[in-house]
Amino acid sequence: MVDRIADPWGKRTPYGPGERWPVRVDSFLADGHTEADVQRWVPSASILHSNGDAMDIAVRDDRIVGVRGRAGDRINHGRVDPKDLYGWQANHSPDRLRRPLVREGDRLVETDWDTAMGRLVARSKELLDGPGGWGHFGFYTSGQLFLEEYYTLGVIGKAGLGTPHMDGNTRLCTATAAAALKASFGTDGQPGSYTDVDRCDAIALWGHNVAETQTVLWMRMLDRRRGPNPPAMLAVDPRATPVAREADVHLAVRNGTNLALLNGLLRELIHRGWYDEEYVRAHTIGFDELCAVVEDYPVAKVAEICDLPARDIERAAELLGQSQRLLSTVLQGFYQSNQATAASCQVNNLHLIRGMLGRPGAGLYQMNGQPTAQNNRECGADGDLPGLRNWANEEHVAELARLWNVEVDTIPHWAPPTHAMQIFRYAEQGSIKLLWISATNPAVSLPDLARIRRILANPELFVVVQDLFLTETAELADVVLPAATWGEKTGTFTSVDRTVHISDKAVEPPGEARPDLDIFLDYARRMDFRDKDGNPLITWTGPEEVFEAWKECSRGRPCDYTGITYDQLRTGGVQWPCTDEHPDGTERLYTDGVFNTDPDYCESYGHDLATGAEQLPEEYRAKQPGGRAFLHATPYQPSPEVPGEEYPLLLTTGRTVYQFHTRTKTGRASQLVHAAPESWVELNPADADKLGVAEGDLVRVESPRGVVRGRARLCGVRPGVVFVPFHDGYWDAADGAGPGEGRHDRAANELTITAWDPVSKQPIFKVAAVRVVKEADSGGRPSPAPTVGGAAPPEGSGIPATVGGPAAEAPSRRE
Amino acid sequence: MHLAHYLGLLHKAQERLGDAFTEVGKAHSEEPDVFHTCEKLATQCRGHAEKLAPFAGRYAEEAPAEPDRLHSELFNGTRTGPIGLLRDLQDLYLMAAECDICWTVVGQAAYGARDEELLGVVKACEQETAIQLKWLRTRMKQAAPQALVVAE
Repeated sequence: MVDRIADPWGKRTPYGPGERWPVRVDSFLADGHTEADVQRWVPSASILHSNGDAMDIAVRDDRIVGVRGRAGDRINHGRVDPKDLYGWQANHSPDRLRRPLVREGDRLVETDWDTAMGRLVARSKELLDGPGGWGHFGFYTSGQLFLEEYYTLGVIGKAGLGTPHMDGNTRLCTATAAAALKASFGTDGQPGSYTDVDRCDAIALWGHNVAETQTVLWMRMLDRRRGPNPPAMLAVDPRATPVAREADVHLAVRNGTNLALLNGLLRELIHRGWYDEEYVRAHTIGFDELCAVVEDYPVAKVAEICDLPARDIERAAELLGQSQRLLSTVLQGFYQSNQATAASCQVNNLHLIRGMLGRPGAGLYQMNGQPTAQNNRECGADGDLPGLRNWANEEHVAELARLWNVEVDTIPHWAPPTHAMQIFRYAEQGSIKLLWISATNPAVSLPDLARIRRILANPELFVVVQDLFLTETAELADVVLPAATWGEKTGTFTSVDRTVHISDKAVEPPGEARPDLDIFLDYARRMDFRDKDGNPLITWTGPEEVFEAWKECSRGRPCDYTGITYDQLRTGGVQWPCTDEHPDGTERLYTDGVFNTDPDYCESYGHDLATGAEQLPEEYRAKQPGGRAFLHATPYQPSPEVPGEEYPLLLTTGRTVYQFHTRTKTGRASQLVHAAPESWVELNPADADKLGVAEGDLVRVESPRGVVRGRARLCGVRPGVVFVPFHDGYWDAADGAGPGEGRHDRAANELTITAWDPVSKQPIFKVAAVRVVKEADSGGRPSPAPTVGGAAPPEGSGIPATVGGPAAEAPSRRE
Repeated sequence: MHLAHYLGLLHKAQERLGDAFTEVGKAHSEEPDVFHTCEKLATQCRGHAEKLAPFAGRYAEEAPAEPDRLHSELFNGTRTGPIGLLRDLQDLYLMAAECDICWTVVGQAAYGARDEELLGVVKACEQETAIQLKWLRTRMKQAAPQALVVAE
């Protein structure tokens, strides 16, 4: 038995390069059940992070009683993240929504489905009637629905209503991954495979605290690090995360300066000849321009911009330059920061100039944040067209029109699909009048929450919320639709390394809650959307029918699912593209160095990275990419908000290993709640000293937009930087403050700035100017921050360790 | 030699464009992308003007009197609301287009004057002006349907 709260990563199973990662089967069964009590194991995968770990759901008496990792799955070899071990218990939470709610004055009252859907449909028809009716609809969806649900919603939006205003919470977590992949390689799609960890000789983690975001991937990396011939490790992160502490070289970069660092590292690699001239010549475009841009970033200058020791930058360049099989991973430290797409493209460039792509060990993961973010990108319920098609390519749009049998101009293709922050702006201005939010919680997750609450609370905006619980967002809705969740519905989703899993229905949802797919299909039926021959636009009745339809949509595109069936997925995950030609899927993309940049095939004609200005199709064609990848480069520019006299410190936000998103689920699983019960504020001891703040003191963090209070944890965050976790909102606040009332001083996003990357449109959560003021003494009580992860206090602090105790003990057995 | 006049025209056009970017950005600060990008581009325009200044001085000595109606007035203050944003961006577009064609003209003159140094400045700056135009077009394309068809 292992207490997976005290030790989220469990016991090491070391292995050497090229060996198979040993199996370790983790499980957790509640209420004293043993495997002998389990009547049914139902195949599924993780929905609480993006790693795609396969597991089986244990069912007894038509109730979920636990989970067990799948030993034979290619991703996790049996391992399970602690959030997945305990988080499923939220399904049984007594406050699950069981019936629809509608607003009567200032109250939400229970009603039946006909009444709730009737109100939604009546308002929809009223708004759709008249020129520009499409423009009154906005959809803000999630990274937690299933592929079938995204595709259905995408068709409703693009071919039914004809609105471009559809985006997801994926904009906050993964938009830059998609943007950087498109910019460099022509289309979305991760080049690498998780098996690259087994073969690599160096791992570089760019703004990626993998130990807390994807624990199973970290277990794989740690097992290599504890085995023979371990890979070298580089971490770029302003905090002393477990990754940073493990790394051979840790660059505690000043947040907001990633691009300057990457420009400097690329310059070093080029100057020292650590690049593959042959690969560059054969497979890339733009090397001379890249050299010209990075030439301006000598180590000394970069050291100053990023506030790093020059020698550490050189050591990082040596580590990168001397590796033979380099694996890079990129996540929110880059994606949610200044110049996100440009910095992420520089990581792509690093792999391109070193020829570190398309072979075992030489891998690149532009990571996803949310579990099904990849599917939202593929299926077009966010800012993309289904099948990774190019909205600016008329033939791509015509393909969709033929597939759906609608007029080409029904499909909004005159500009890119509207990004999330712009959708909220149109809602603020009043031109979007109906906003349908599914499976996400913008009243906690978007920047500058005072503004978001104001927008959602405006009586002129008809807000529909589809969720499991009465979230902070649902409290502000006009119609609340109770949804089924993981384990209560069937669908598929895809991991960072393109592995598709099925998640089967194990039990019935509570009360009258319905699968999201059924809700969307019901809406389509009631709206009576028609194709151009007058037949129903959407004829599907269940997930497998949608999946079959999606396969046709994906045919011939990079994310080709045509060779995949539900039955096949029930035996294990498959990596797309999977076709008749490649029936077992495809482990790595670009093995031949031929990229998806052909003008007729690519997903984007490209942007200027500094401004987001779109390149025209003819300009793109003139470059004659011919399957070569683009080496994009641009100079560093400071973030829109930097510290000054009034607000002298830099804020960054992030997660803990014990919580997911806005705690809607993980805040309802007792082991996880006890591990990270409330928010906190991380300070460097030197800054704390200047402010007169000691461990556990109550501090107030102020930005030009709002205030957050929390107990200070003195730890390894870099000097000048303040960290606040982004999970906490108000649904379980001790003072009972509901939206629109009480204090709003818990959510980190009270402080963050409304600003975004010019290309990916991903908001900048990791750079804002703040000041910190002490409000009260600790009274001898340490901060509630966990002692595990980035918030770990210094050795010898005497702060009691975070443990789960008997309630968290979980079996873990080796093969 | 009349080159000084066109250098003066371009110099002033760049300064005015820089000021207009600043004004439009501030007027539409609730559109954060417009605000932040306009700020950056304003700085870029002022940089262009600074780079031109020494050449204007160099050629001024050889220049006859300034011809009539050399400078044009393309910006008379900002507007509000979604259509106001569109119109303000259109003003910027026309001003940037004036700069764009001036770079072409000055570049041609630089060839004629065998002025490699000036040519270097033109080649660096005209690309940035071209991107400014593209950004304005991109942003206006995005805003137009909602502002003109949907908004009340």
